[in-house]
Amino acid sequence: MNAPTERTWKTIESGPHTLEGALHPVVVKNYGKWKYHKLIKPGVMVHYGHSGDALYTVRAGTPRQNTVDLVRNICDLADQYADGFMRFTIRNSVEFMFADESRIEPLIKELEEIGLPVGGIANCVAPIAHTQGWLHCDIPATDASGVAKGVMDNLYDEFKTLEMPNKVRLSTSCCSINCGGQADVAIVVKHTRPPRIDHNLLSTLCELPKAVARCPVAAIRPTIVNDKRSLMVDEEKCIVCGACFGACPSMEINHPEHSQFAVWVGGKNSNARSKPQSMSLVAEGIPNNPPHWPEVNAVVGRILKAYKAGGKPWERMNEWIDRIGWKRFFEEAELSFEIDMIDSYRHARTTFNQSTHVRF
Amino acid sequence: MEDIKGAGNSGDGQEMEDNKGKFLNPTPILDELEGGQWPSFITGFKELGERTEKPMIRGVLDQLEYSYKTKMGYWKGGMVTVKGYGAGIITRYSMIKDKFPEAKEFHTFRIQPAAGLHYSTKMLREVCDIWEKHGSGFMNMHGQSGNLQLIGIEQDKTQECFDELNQAGWDLGGAGATVRTAASCVGPARCEQACYDNLKVHEKVLKNYAGMTHRPEFNYKMKFKFSACPNDCANAIMRADVALIGTWRDSIQIEQENVKEWIDEYGEDALYEQVVNMCPTKAISHKVGTSTIEIENKDCVRCMHCLNVMPKALSPGKERGASLLMGGKNTLKVGVNIGSMMIPFMKLDTDEEIEEFIEQMDEIIDWWDDAGFDHERIGETIERVGMKQFLEAVGIKANIDMVVRPRDNPYYKKKYDSTAD
Ligand code: HEM
Ligand code: SF4
Ligand code: SF4
Repeated sequence: MNAPTERTWKTIESGPHTLEGALHPVVVKNYGKWKYHKLIKPGVMVHYGHSGDALYTVRAGTPRQNTVDLVRNICDLADQYADGFMRFTIRNSVEFMFADESRIEPLIKELEEIGLPVGGIANCVAPIAHTQGWLHCDIPATDASGVAKGVMDNLYDEFKTLEMPNKVRLSTSCCSINCGGQADVAIVVKHTRPPRIDHNLLSTLCELPKAVARCPVAAIRPTIVNDKRSLMVDEEKCIVCGACFGACPSMEINHPEHSQFAVWVGGKNSNARSKPQSMSLVAEGIPNNPPHWPEVNAVVGRILKAYKAGGKPWERMNEWIDRIGWKRFFEEAELSFEIDMIDSYRHARTTFNQSTHVRF
Repeated sequence: MEDIKGAGNSGDGQEMEDNKGKFLNPTPILDELEGGQWPSFITGFKELGERTEKPMIRGVLDQLEYSYKTKMGYWKGGMVTVKGYGAGIITRYSMIKDKFPEAKEFHTFRIQPAAGLHYSTKMLREVCDIWEKHGSGFMNMHGQSGNLQLIGIEQDKTQECFDELNQAGWDLGGAGATVRTAASCVGPARCEQACYDNLKVHEKVLKNYAGMTHRPEFNYKMKFKFSACPNDCANAIMRADVALIGTWRDSIQIEQENVKEWIDEYGEDALYEQVVNMCPTKAISHKVGTSTIEIENKDCVRCMHCLNVMPKALSPGKERGASLLMGGKNTLKVGVNIGSMMIPFMKLDTDEEIEEFIEQMDEIIDWWDDAGFDHERIGETIERVGMKQFLEAVGIKANIDMVVRPRDNPYYKKKYDSTAD
């Protein structure tokens, strides 16, 4: 066996990569001196600088779970059309920027040829912010990448056209932690049973006090099973959040049938018009049904159809619902309000109707 | 089924037949995700697997296929790092490595991209080459926190891979109880609404906290996000413990000739429906038949709506800076927290002003180190200990902009002299 070669490199704790060398020359020249922008067509916009410069942007959706091959293809296009630069949006789209208007159409053609659809700017469905799932996470109940693919296949036209009242941001998460984030429509795993405990392995795999402390409702207690130290869950108290599973892999929260999906609407980060708002539960008990998740798609489709038909220009999902009221939202999206949609957790009373305001 | 490559898998005879001459094993369920019009990650993975013939890719696709069949996940965590660091690599071992030995190890590098996710092709090609040499070649662009995630490497290759990436200017991001990789909107690089140079502040702040990014020493994670205006395209307010969101303090800049151009193009009805009536504080007025608007800037809450609708006519004011909101986080465990206002306006133009912000953050982090419990985000600590106690401890002055309205209950206690009668 060869002796390992001596490590000569000394780590530089540099933090984020520097911006230097990462920006298009027109960007560098007009940095902080942009005047306004205009949408040219779906997925294409132009920014004008105070200098009079114009910078065109073409945005395309990606699979997010990319490969070096796809990234090199994107680099080829960036070299050819965008002078060797690109950036990504937080919803996984790639943006090419350049000053020469005549490059727009040939770039779009080449992007579509390698399967990357152009769109996702302004009042349309943006790509789904999603989590890792079965491909890489250690606590997932589903494969968020697969759900995202299935849902975007269905919403493909809504990504490429400008027919929504305002932006629609979607997210998918494979556990209730919801790393995918708050969104106009969020598709999030919902567990329905307390964890199943492997008493044989628990004390060897888990730090008991850590798992006990992780529970938000103090439902976990130490116990002894078959002479082994273990944990037990007060199933009355347990809110099936899955927090303990993250700390202790022997407290299996996932289940092929009992881990289901819930759909939430009205999350909004932006301060535009209404204040930022967290989302509300509107559908639950939806099966986790790979590889196409048709039941999830049906619910999301109905919600977006209703919003598209009823929303006024610039109204985000939450603002449309504020105007028409939740009762009509449930009617228009053909969903039913269930008792579990009444909040029963902390601050619950802030979501109760403390007035006589009712839409009959 | 002896001839199944890399062992494991569950393909039947017919599939094996169809798969002749291929490196990968059949994955009939995953193949379903190759249909449809949206770009398919499965197609990408399979093409890469066939080209590079990396056993890890075959094993991982086999295990993923198995997950799709059983509807369960099969990764467990562990502790893999590079020399001197305690975070930044997400460790993954297969729980069913007997079935899929080629998927035995599948660790992830979290890499911190440039602020705003800007790249040159030179930078990215370097990453691709290094990553193809040492790892699977899967690249997640990007994680929800903003990392460039290089998915799939074996432990014995991590140090060499890291060293090469580090020489090319890349560093690992955070994981666990550290400062996490930050995220920014496109900012002044290409947005007329940018009210501060969030990309510069992002770079400076995260470089300053590089040590705290690489070694988990906190109660829990701490996320910074930088949006250059209240549109908050980086989704800072609900996703970041520390959200720095651009704003302005003086009047919106109006160019009336461009207001006229807008009215000429879209009409007066649209002006009412989409601008005047949509202002949340009714700050905008327009006289029928004229081609101008007036804004009562004292009433404006800097929501961005009118600027978004008429970007050519309206711009943020000239006195620009940022608001600091803290405590944003998602569900676990107390429920969703939206960040709340801590400092309504800070100037962040000069290096000194950015330094001052970092000093304020240092003070806040010190307080959280002392006052927080294990696994408690700073917003939860503030709520548990009390906003008043927090403000006093870190030296931030109470301000009416921090609240929606003054309190509605009388149960507060003034400092008093307990020795007097
Ligand atoms: C041990 C299990 C966990 C795994 C495997 C995991 C994995 C991830 C990954 C891969 C990301 C994207 C990171 C990036 O962009 O670099 C992420 C983000 C996130 N994680 Fe986790 N995570 C775990 C635990 C948690 C916990 C316990 C919480 C809740 C406190 C949490 C909350 C989040 C949130 C809210 C995001 C989105 C963050 C953002 O928008 O910046 N995760 N997680
Ligand atoms: S947050 Fe504001 S400054 Fe940043 S990209 Fe969005 S609109 Fe532009
Ligand atoms: S920024 Fe918002 S609050 Fe201010 S005037 Fe415009 S619409 Fe009204």
